[in-house]
Amino acid sequence: MIRGIIVKQLTKAARLRGPGNVAGVLRAAAALAPQITIKHNYSSKAQPKLTSELYPSVKRNPNYKKLANEDIQFFQSILTENEILQANDKEDLAFYNEDWMRKYRGQSKIVLKPKSVEKISQILKYCNEQKIAVVPQGGNTGLVGGSVPVFDEVVLSVSNLNEIRNFDPVSGILKCDAGVILENADNFLAEHGYIFPLDLGAKGSCHVGGVVACNAGGLRLLRYGSLHGSVLGLEVVLPNGDILNSMHSLRKDNTGYDLKQLFIGSEGTIGIITGVSILTPPRPKAFNVSFLAVNSYEDVQKVFVKAKKELLEILSAFEFMDDKSQQLTKHHLAGVPHPFEESYPFYILIETSGSNKDHDDEKLEKFLESAMEDGLVVDGVVAQDETELRNLWQWRELIPESSQCQGGVYKYDVSLPLKHLYSLVEAANARLSEAALLGDAPKPVIQAVGYGHVGDGNLHLNVAVREYNKQVEKALEPFVYEFVSSKNGSISAEHGLGFQKKNYIGYTKNPQEIKMIKDLKTHFDPNGILNPYKYI
Amino acid sequence: MASKQLRILVPVKRVVDYQIRPRVNKAGNAIETNGVKFSINPFDDIAVEEAVRIKEKNKSLVENIHAVSIGPAKAQDILRNCLAKGADTSTLIDSKDVQLEPLAVAKVLKEIVDKQKTNLIIMGKQAIDDDCNNTGQMLAGLLNWPQATNAAKVEFVDSDTVKVTREIDGGEETISGTLPMVITTDLRLNTPRYVGLQNLMKAKKKPMEKLSLKDFSNVDVQPRLKVISMEEPKPRAPGVAVKSVDELIEKLKDVKAI
Repeated sequence: MIRGIIVKQLTKAARLRGPGNVAGVLRAAAALAPQITIKHNYSSKAQPKLTSELYPSVKRNPNYKKLANEDIQFFQSILTENEILQANDKEDLAFYNEDWMRKYRGQSKIVLKPKSVEKISQILKYCNEQKIAVVPQGGNTGLVGGSVPVFDEVVLSVSNLNEIRNFDPVSGILKCDAGVILENADNFLAEHGYIFPLDLGAKGSCHVGGVVACNAGGLRLLRYGSLHGSVLGLEVVLPNGDILNSMHSLRKDNTGYDLKQLFIGSEGTIGIITGVSILTPPRPKAFNVSFLAVNSYEDVQKVFVKAKKELLEILSAFEFMDDKSQQLTKHHLAGVPHPFEESYPFYILIETSGSNKDHDDEKLEKFLESAMEDGLVVDGVVAQDETELRNLWQWRELIPESSQCQGGVYKYDVSLPLKHLYSLVEAANARLSEAALLGDAPKPVIQAVGYGHVGDGNLHLNVAVREYNKQVEKALEPFVYEFVSSKNGSISAEHGLGFQKKNYIGYTKNPQEIKMIKDLKTHFDPNGILNPYKYI
Repeated sequence: MASKQLRILVPVKRVVDYQIRPRVNKAGNAIETNGVKFSINPFDDIAVEEAVRIKEKNKSLVENIHAVSIGPAKAQDILRNCLAKGADTSTLIDSKDVQLEPLAVAKVLKEIVDKQKTNLIIMGKQAIDDDCNNTGQMLAGLLNWPQATNAAKVEFVDSDTVKVTREIDGGEETISGTLPMVITTDLRLNTPRYVGLQNLMKAKKKPMEKLSLKDFSNVDVQPRLKVISMEEPKPRAPGVAVKSVDELIEKLKDVKAI
């Protein structure tokens, strides 16, 4: 994503200078440089510890076969040289073994990147027979350690399945391979006047299949609803190698159980999604973004109610951020102007999108004026052009990266009733202070910050740390889960369970539900070869 | 300058937003403007910011900042943003769909300069739609004023002497001049501020004079150039991945790059 921003800025510089002036372009780029100063220490530089060392209580299941030469020969018999990556002196497979946050590190020695669904089917059939554990992997942008191996599982990446299969410009139904990068899918749709009904910070890396497998929520759920509604069909390879195909893409089909729903949010535990058929809405022609400052979380809720009523059909995002999250981001995004010189307790980003700019402008303006007059909004800015619009979004979208760039981050993504949403952040800060873990170096915790999708009752609690540390983890877990459970919330709103939250499902689901989930897992994957040690 | 008061004029242009990829229309003679987002020309935004900063730094020096735009009625949106950012007054000259060439724009602006008793003009060095980079120079010529183009830094030495650091190929050039003068802005001059809500509301009460090209019947705005055709640049050939340095050198030799 960061790379994307830099390229765009340079293109902008080039265009501003006009063609045929190389020196000028370079100078313009230099002139823009302050705007794009982003410190490139995404995460703790030290290689993460092996997951197996960090969590000694998790043991390798001895029922799984250890990869032997004959297995590799089998893979080589169906895959070409380019479709197999093996660990050796030059290649440590860190890209596939480590998660994006560098919190988990598996020990896989082989990555398979098949170029066809049939090959995936053959591989799974073989692994199932041989009881070889497999981790399905997409863009590896997951936040709960769900997409990386824990021990020596075979990594099966769908990144080579990356073709758009079909698009119907009348119905807006897109059919594509699972490995298509979300942003590429969206750019393709943009050419046809449509939009992908999901948007999230990792769009430049994450895969369409991956977002379906973990039922990602993202920034526009408020407008376009969850993937359970927009996905019309899936192609899934089951653990025994069978290919389940429901790509027929009917909007209405009440014949039998809606099987595809089981795989949406299954995190690769009962099948590998290889194809997605999804209903895409027409792309709005006009976007507006406004960034507001308010004095309390109470006022955040009031502005939300007002926005829903007064902006109604054009409201497409309503995000809130606390001041601490902005302080962290300012540190990280040096050079991009923050909308406000002063600090306020809370900030709101409102996006509207519609078909008529004049109509939207008028509506938004009226809403903002009356919110100011009511004293709800104490300060605010509106983007006057595309660049400002993107810059304002950055102050929300780059919080996750900013919270981890000084060492690491513990991320909690929870659903809570709106009135309790922010109290979790306050409680977490209080607890970390009491435990004397929060403060200036050498204390491990920099700050617990809160932001998220008010529209969906979804809070992101990010605990920015200087280093990953067992004491911090113990202070936070199961404290956070207990807190959420006591307020009848969910311990995973959109990130999923993965490895991180496997043991905590009981805080949200009751024993009956858990039993049914386990039964289903056993039904589809009796040998338990898919994505083991996770989910349930 | 007897009064020691600055009257700044900032001409601004409404152009296709620079994040939007411009496309040639079906007739192949102009940029497609239907359903395209328009915003203030980024260099003009920098000019507005500079005028406002000068005023903020030297309150007693600046009497008025006047923003002017020649364009369709919609250009009032960008003028209103200018007022919100700190311009005091504004003029919209409605040109309907007529695209004026730089010389015509400079002539119309000269009339405004006379009317506004302007003694400092700050404007973008070029508009990103046609990239002409002419208007500032032509206006200075018509007025017979000194000009400092491509400004990267503007400093007041005293109330009527300005030192301007210019972007030039291979470095910078610092020049100074006395008012009245024309300054055109380059990218590095400043980073424009956001439009604040409160100021946007206040801006509604600030004056916006509305004129049309008919009010400038003494000015010859007839086009002198004819666009014969407009084409998009040829798409770049896709790149190739090479496996070794030897292959790279071979390929480079094939295309006579080395």
